[in-house]
Amino acid sequence: MSEAGLSTPAEIAAPVAALPPEPGAFRAFWRRFSRRRGALAGLVVVVLLAVLALGAAWIAPYDPTATDWGAVRAAPDLAHLFGTDEVGRDVLSRIVYGTRASLGAGLTSVALAVALGLPLGMLAGYAGGVIDGAIMRLTDALLAIPFLILAIALAAFLGPSLTNAMVAIGLSATSIFVRLTRAQVQAVAAEEFVEAARAIGNPPWRIALHHILPNIVPAILVQATLTIAAAIIAEASLSFLGLGQQPPEPSWGSMLNTAKNFLDQAPWMAIWPGVSIFLAVLAFNLVGDGLRDALDPRERR
Amino acid sequence: MTASPPLLDVRDLAVAFDSDGGTVHAVNGVTYALREGETLGIVGESGSGKSVHVLAMLGLVPRPPGRITSGQVDFEGRDLLAMPERLLRRVRGAEIGMVFQDPMSSLNPAMTVGAQIAEPLLLHRGLDASSARARARDLLDLVRIPDAGRRLDLYPHEFSGGQRQRVMIAIGLACRPKLLIADEATTALDVTVQAEIVALVQELKREIGMAIVWITHDLGVVAGIADTVQVMYAGRIVERGPVDAVFSDPRNAYTLGLLRSLPDLSRGRAGRQRLRQIEGSPPDMRHPPPGDPFAARNPYATPRCRAEAPPLAQVAGSVPGHLAAAWYDLPALLKQGAGR
Repeated sequence: MSEAGLSTPAEIAAPVAALPPEPGAFRAFWRRFSRRRGALAGLVVVVLLAVLALGAAWIAPYDPTATDWGAVRAAPDLAHLFGTDEVGRDVLSRIVYGTRASLGAGLTSVALAVALGLPLGMLAGYAGGVIDGAIMRLTDALLAIPFLILAIALAAFLGPSLTNAMVAIGLSATSIFVRLTRAQVQAVAAEEFVEAARAIGNPPWRIALHHILPNIVPAILVQATLTIAAAIIAEASLSFLGLGQQPPEPSWGSMLNTAKNFLDQAPWMAIWPGVSIFLAVLAFNLVGDGLRDALDPRERR
Repeated sequence: MTASPPLLDVRDLAVAFDSDGGTVHAVNGVTYALREGETLGIVGESGSGKSVHVLAMLGLVPRPPGRITSGQVDFEGRDLLAMPERLLRRVRGAEIGMVFQDPMSSLNPAMTVGAQIAEPLLLHRGLDASSARARARDLLDLVRIPDAGRRLDLYPHEFSGGQRQRVMIAIGLACRPKLLIADEATTALDVTVQAEIVALVQELKREIGMAIVWITHDLGVVAGIADTVQVMYAGRIVERGPVDAVFSDPRNAYTLGLLRSLPDLSRGRAGRQRLRQIEGSPPDMRHPPPGDPFAARNPYATPRCRAEAPPLAQVAGSVPGHLAAAWYDLPALLKQGAGR
């Protein structure tokens, strides 16, 4: 028996050893992600938006706040590809600069929501008991108020500015992450490897950070990507209502607000910001869905 | 009996779980001792308390619903049950290593194998990352995983089931524990892989010399690996002794039932007979019967069995250390049955 025990492991190892060297977790992930055309297209749009936001100063043909009384509500032509608005500002330039408000708000607010929601959710899920009860009742109360209504109320309370809108959206989205994190932590904590980690003498905090956290990151990442899409809509909505980006600084939402008065005369003022919001939201949703499929642990095995 | 104090001395350990339907008495007064370097096989069916009592010793039974209702567990003279959690953590993984049943789910899928083997060394030996990594490499070599250096950076899903169990063993042995507890360590594996793991553990035992508690429901594995076998039923030890004595001369009807439920392949075609199952099902441990818990399923049970639980006592006419809990005289009853 011991002879067999010594000779067979090499045979068992053979198929694994025959694989190409170090396939790497990222490459395997990328292979699954890139199989989905929608996810890939979404990623291309997200990257383009990021380039627009970062390189706005070089890409935009005009100053986004510069007025031109000689070209008020000018239809799209070669000088102004997307036309001009009611005070003669170049719509294309405002769209390009507006990317900053949208992406910035999307990323910042979700970062804030994760930064608050992840620790609270881990605490609730891992500590349990009274702490769990208190945190969950708080999130239940927040979730009882519709996301956008809560964001509007908070933004109105904090005062109209893009920063306050980001904070308002972030706080409104926090409860989503608290709940998700808690549920994920509870599911992972019941796994046998967590008991095995206790059996080698890990203290609780180390189990939470080293053993549970890495296993819930994929789910959080997917939810974060999808929430960015929701946050972009929320920012546009708040700006549309005058609670976000303040004029004359450009935001897709506030552009739509002005454009609604000129829908007959200057539809391009509404079309381009509308299309931009649509594309950005669609792109983040597609990327989120792609991430979810690519990170699915059932496929990883 | 032995000159030196035992490595592990379990006395009257009892564990209960509170549930909605009442209190489940999972372990009821388990007492035994383990010498240094001894291999003890604990057999019994699901729910016999064999795994729970070991988890209880290490403080791994979740409280609530679990409760240790009595007992003392001395490991090298220190009572594990009285130890604060902080000190117990220094025992777990350092002095007592543990290998779990399912190597698929007992390894962290998001952590490289190397990091998982290095973990007990970081926790208990205060090694820095690079020397822990070097040790992890040696440990992978020790459990006969080829190309150890390269495979440290792979994730568990890139290993086969048998190799993952080897990794688990490497983690269990990382700090050179005095005691390795294997809880159904081969149950989830193919039979051929089981044999490899058993052979590996035997080789490692020769190299390292740790004591082993091997929990299983597979008598064949126990016969291959253990010095002493301990049969558990309904949270009690019903028979215990040197493997040869217990297997050739069982004194408890449950032990006999387990042995008879095995196919006898050594007899070739002659061994092809209907396997005998143990009739009935284990007792409801929320309301354990007053007497011998196996009495209801035992064809040899006497009226006394139903009224009074038999103590675990030295078997007359067998080797010293062969203990059984039975009011009846099994060899005599078997002889009668054969003569009838």
